Amino acid sequence: MSTARAERLVNLVLALLSTRQYLTAERIRAIVPGYADAPSDEAFFRMFERDKMELRELGIPMETGRNSPFDTVDGYRIARRDYELGEIELAPDEAAAVGLAVRLWDSPELTGQAQAALVKLRAAGVEVDQQVPAPVQPRVRADAAFGPMLSAVQQGRAVRFEYRRSGSPERMTRTVEPWGVVSWRGRWYLVGHDRDRDAPRCFRLSRVQGKVTPFGPAGAVKRPDGVNLLDFVAASHEPEFDAPASKARLWVADGKAAGIRRRARVIGRRTVAGIEGDEIERNVYYLDGMAKWIAGYGPDVLVLEPDVLAKAVHERLSALAHPGGDRR
Amino acid sequence: MTSSARGVGARLPRLLALVPYLLARPGIRIEDAAADFGVSAKQLRKDLELLWMCGLPGYGPGDLIDLSFEGDTVTVTYDAGMRRPLRLTGGEATALLVALRALAETPGVLDADAVRRAIAKIEAAAGQAQPAGVVVDAGLREARRTAETRRVVQEALNAQRAVRMQYYTASKDRMSERVVDPMRLLVVEGRSYLEAWCRRAEDVRLFRVDRIDEIEVLAEPARPPEDAQPHDVSAGLFAPSPEQPTATLVLAPDARWVAEYYSCEELEELEGGRLRVAMRYGDESWMVRLVLGLGGDAVVEEPAELAGKVRERAAAALELAAAAQLAQ
Repeated sequence: MSTARAERLVNLVLALLSTRQYLTAERIRAIVPGYADAPSDEAFFRMFERDKMELRELGIPMETGRNSPFDTVDGYRIARRDYELGEIELAPDEAAAVGLAVRLWDSPELTGQAQAALVKLRAAGVEVDQQVPAPVQPRVRADAAFGPMLSAVQQGRAVRFEYRRSGSPERMTRTVEPWGVVSWRGRWYLVGHDRDRDAPRCFRLSRVQGKVTPFGPAGAVKRPDGVNLLDFVAASHEPEFDAPASKARLWVADGKAAGIRRRARVIGRRTVAGIEGDEIERNVYYLDGMAKWIAGYGPDVLVLEPDVLAKAVHERLSALAHPGGDRR
Repeated sequence: MTSSARGVGARLPRLLALVPYLLARPGIRIEDAAADFGVSAKQLRKDLELLWMCGLPGYGPGDLIDLSFEGDTVTVTYDAGMRRPLRLTGGEATALLVALRALAETPGVLDADAVRRAIAKIEAAAGQAQPAGVVVDAGLREARRTAETRRVVQEALNAQRAVRMQYYTASKDRMSERVVDPMRLLVVEGRSYLEAWCRRAEDVRLFRVDRIDEIEVLAEPARPPEDAQPHDVSAGLFAPSPEQPTATLVLAPDARWVAEYYSCEELEELEGGRLRVAMRYGDESWMVRLVLGLGGDAVVEEPAELAGKVRERAAAALELAAAAQLAQ
């Protein structure tokens, strides 16, 4: 931004803040330094429109109105109570939390927004030392759809977006009345009423493809009472851990497959095709996941029991050794 | 969410914050103020010179913002009505408060109470800008065993003690015993990582907490060397390095999750819901294990050596299994 423009905008803000009367564009042109340079009416209005847009983008609340019924055009002013940040004082430990929070986003855009908030808090007199060591730091993920979805939630507007499920290339257009955005176990979800299925659903934001399009009037979407968004997301997922286990007996070549040996119990020695190794017993939570994992170790691990696991591993390895053979 | 930091440049927001900032800190050193705003002292002097030219309509000596400079310090002597910073925008309040909520929910944050107090105060000051419709959970996806290990890690961090641990390095499929000096605990996408000075590697390393098998807090204090630098995680934990080799894989629908789970570049959608991706990898043996485990749902197109190794390992495993069956 040029120095002349920055100066003109600061003067415009000061002028609009200091007035109780609405100032018309013509009046502003006459009193605020910089506008007099405009060579024509058209150039002035272009300049003034751009400046108003800039102030609105910064979040400066400009009121428009007329001082008397006889006025023919709208004027402008800034209400101090809408402009100014409320009183805030933070104790040193609270300020330290703020200083840390600013550094947690995994996104330059959101880090920038948090920094901008910090600048304003400092300007309100809060002292924030960002050098305080912090032993525990959760990183906050920011998916591209986070901002647009959240603003749709806040405006109470329905959204349309393309969504891709994990195992499929198909992009489906979804139409949703959004109730809230939820971070669950480090991932962001949108919860809302899916109009196509006529049922509540949750959507992982990282799987939203392209643009989120809000539509319909603001305030049209109302979140039903008594919905706990967090519980809803949690209930939509299979438990990932601590599932009931069964046992498997494996042979592991000496000095190999450290990953398989972790958390396993050695039950004896065994030689397979002349290779020495241990016989171990291990918990199996998900057969498919276990088969995948064991197949990864190739000839270093052999399944002794159960048969169904041995077959699952065999199937995977066959597909690789004889591609195009008995592929499913 | 509009971005105030981007697009309009950061100068105008800084100019508007500067006067109230200085009002709260009479006689502050220009260098210190510049550091708080993240700009050079030279830039801050330019900003002050600009503000000095701004003021209220009339623009006479008594109407302009007035500053007094003494040595390398500055004091506002007339503020022209700019006494408070601009209120937070919706985007700024969201960025700051969502990160604070994540911090408050993270188990083991030293002063969760201070974080909650900060949230309440900022919400009050933000007024309508505070983010409604966002919920943040504890952010962890971990099994019971991992939660216990994490608590020990946090205990060591709080007490500033070194730890001895058995650690599984997945890329190399190797267990090792290490003594490390804990620096911080990072929570990224639901997983916790210990960042510590590793005395064996003589370097700062990240250890995934669910891969720590045994851990013991030592009596000796944690003493990372003065120059031990924490990783810059602002762009994510594992930014793939351009020096790493790249594999081209074709993923069947059942293996499409790979593209979502690891950082891959999606190259092309193919018929039958298959997806061609480019994926960087650090350790070849790890990549071989991954592809073997996917059992034909992933086909290596490049490099040819990798494809060859996968075939060899699969064939050797089938041979071994056949030999074991014969022996029975």
